[in-house]
Amino acid sequence: MSGKTLFEKVWNAHVVVPETTDTPAVLYVDLHLVHEVTSPQAFSELRERGLPLRRPDRMLATLDHSTPTLPTNADGSRPYANAEAQAQVTQLETNCREFGVELHGWDSADRGIVHVIGPELGATQPGMTIVCGDSHTSTHGAFGALAFGIGTTEVGHVMATQCLLQRKPKTMAIHVDGQLPPGIGAKDLILHIIGTIGVDGGTGYVLEYRGAAIEALSMDERMTVCNMSIEAGARAGLIAPDETTFAWLKGRPRVPQGAAWDAAVKRWRALRSDDDATYDHQVRIDATAVKPTVTYGTHPGMAIAMDAPVPAATNAQERRALEYMKSEAGKPMQGTPVDVVFVGSCTNSRLSDLREAANVLRGRRVADGVRMLVVPGSEAVRRDAEREGLHQIFTAAGAEWRVPGCSMCIAMNGDLAQPGQLVVSTSNRNFEGRQGKGARTVLASPATAAASALAGRIADPREYLVEVAA
Amino acid sequence: MKPITRIHSRTAVLADENIDTDRIIPARFLTTTTREGLGKLCFHDWRYQADGSDNPAFPLNQPQAQGCSIVVAGRNFGCGSSREHAPWALLDYGVRAVLCSEIADIFRGNALKNGLLAIVIDELEHRWLLKHPGIELVIDVRGQFIALPDGGRIPFRLEPFARHCLLNGVDQLGYLLQHTDAITHYEQQEKAA
Repeated sequence: MSGKTLFEKVWNAHVVVPETTDTPAVLYVDLHLVHEVTSPQAFSELRERGLPLRRPDRMLATLDHSTPTLPTNADGSRPYANAEAQAQVTQLETNCREFGVELHGWDSADRGIVHVIGPELGATQPGMTIVCGDSHTSTHGAFGALAFGIGTTEVGHVMATQCLLQRKPKTMAIHVDGQLPPGIGAKDLILHIIGTIGVDGGTGYVLEYRGAAIEALSMDERMTVCNMSIEAGARAGLIAPDETTFAWLKGRPRVPQGAAWDAAVKRWRALRSDDDATYDHQVRIDATAVKPTVTYGTHPGMAIAMDAPVPAATNAQERRALEYMKSEAGKPMQGTPVDVVFVGSCTNSRLSDLREAANVLRGRRVADGVRMLVVPGSEAVRRDAEREGLHQIFTAAGAEWRVPGCSMCIAMNGDLAQPGQLVVSTSNRNFEGRQGKGARTVLASPATAAASALAGRIADPREYLVEVAA
Repeated sequence: MKPITRIHSRTAVLADENIDTDRIIPARFLTTTTREGLGKLCFHDWRYQADGSDNPAFPLNQPQAQGCSIVVAGRNFGCGSSREHAPWALLDYGVRAVLCSEIADIFRGNALKNGLLAIVIDELEHRWLLKHPGIELVIDVRGQFIALPDGGRIPFRLEPFARHCLLNGVDQLGYLLQHTDAITHYEQQEKAA
């Protein structure tokens, strides 16, 4: 019998009822993350049917999507984008109170983007199954957890039964050989991977990122990589837990402590694909060939090195995408004038992301006419960043330092770009109108975002980092 | 959910590939706390002009698309976010089925759970349907085929459980709740481990 992949090990350990030809598996969920946008209809459904939550102790809720990132008004009220956004937040507060769910709301010192606080609190652990009504739940795969986004109907299923009906997905190994060159980060790598396998290259698969370049990544970087698995169509991305994972998790509030910690680590060490495990598909990526990478079109698969020429459109959709973006075939994205720069989102709002941006910005000024927003992923990130003085680097450079939330990644809280504006964004989606109706999004790393803010044009961050080193 | 056995309609075509859920319903409309009334927001930024009038360039605004409840869409329809607001909006807008050579995973699952037939067909037939909007089709869920006006058939395969639920109007939560004993047993074993 051949060995098992990491995915199969986690999957098998959570099967309550095995799948048959006629019926999907009943799969147990260890952790259910909740936010205000995709949960209200599920709570309503439970209420209508008179059903309780099966395991409120396995739920963790936060406010992030519809929340303003500006500080409170003078009268103590919050500057919501509109009454509906406020009502949605109030609804989650009410639901959590009524159903007994732990909510990291406005008064919590741990509030933040759901995919940032899960790991921070140690709620995310290797070998778990984790779901949330949010496609970027794949982020938690960085810890060797099987984590994926679900719809609101399924949110209701998990609330009532702690289980989901699931067909076993296929597996794809993405081997990343070699090491990333200096100044090239996890965001460049994942954009490069999606550009290689395509926006639908992962559909039907769970991805496992492996190889020397992946092992060398920090946890923050691994989260950036796994976060964007969905942008290749894969519901989940996994990385086997290792010493880096254990060191990062140790001592966090929700992880086991003392002898229980040692026992857990011993268990977690087995969470890796066996040498003789087989995958349904395999891809090899050369880390040494990755350059600062950006998108040039209207989905994340349209990604290239910033100094490479934009490919000519081969069909009507690509023509429409280039037209929308005003990207010119044959010309590189590097040098394109920039209006707005956004550093934040569940992809790149952790402390190391902010440091990366700050290293480029330190002692410099954002170009005239460029608006730059820096939005930390959580209150904890905000505290840590302020302790290091990063906020002063940002504000001295002319950037806005905001309160945690999803902000301009999804642009439903009032943080948005104007029609036609070009945004260099560290977020995960460059769909038409994603950052505001008519806004043009170029996805990039925090370093590239910061360099582009300084230059007023899409710029290679290495030019700025070399100066610092010299 | 009401049982769905067949859908009979002319087709409308949205030929773009990778129509993401932000295009189906922009995120700024997700502040709603109900699932009703989203049809008027469906494809909002594509469907309406700046002054709120219908955009004549949006394929589903064209006269021949009126009354069509089957949409033939370009490859990888529904990619992007997990928002179930996308199928809710499509259904409320009057779309009952989406035919495509590839449909994003989360969207497909959400759609089928709401009675929106998200059906994957072969590339060759998909290409043909994209080129022939307005064709009269009958989607037969039980027989798993699409009947063409000339008597031809396009076969498809739905995940058997999803098909069973569509045909019988099965409430999936009700089905899951039938496994409560097994779930309790699983939790007890997990606790003991």
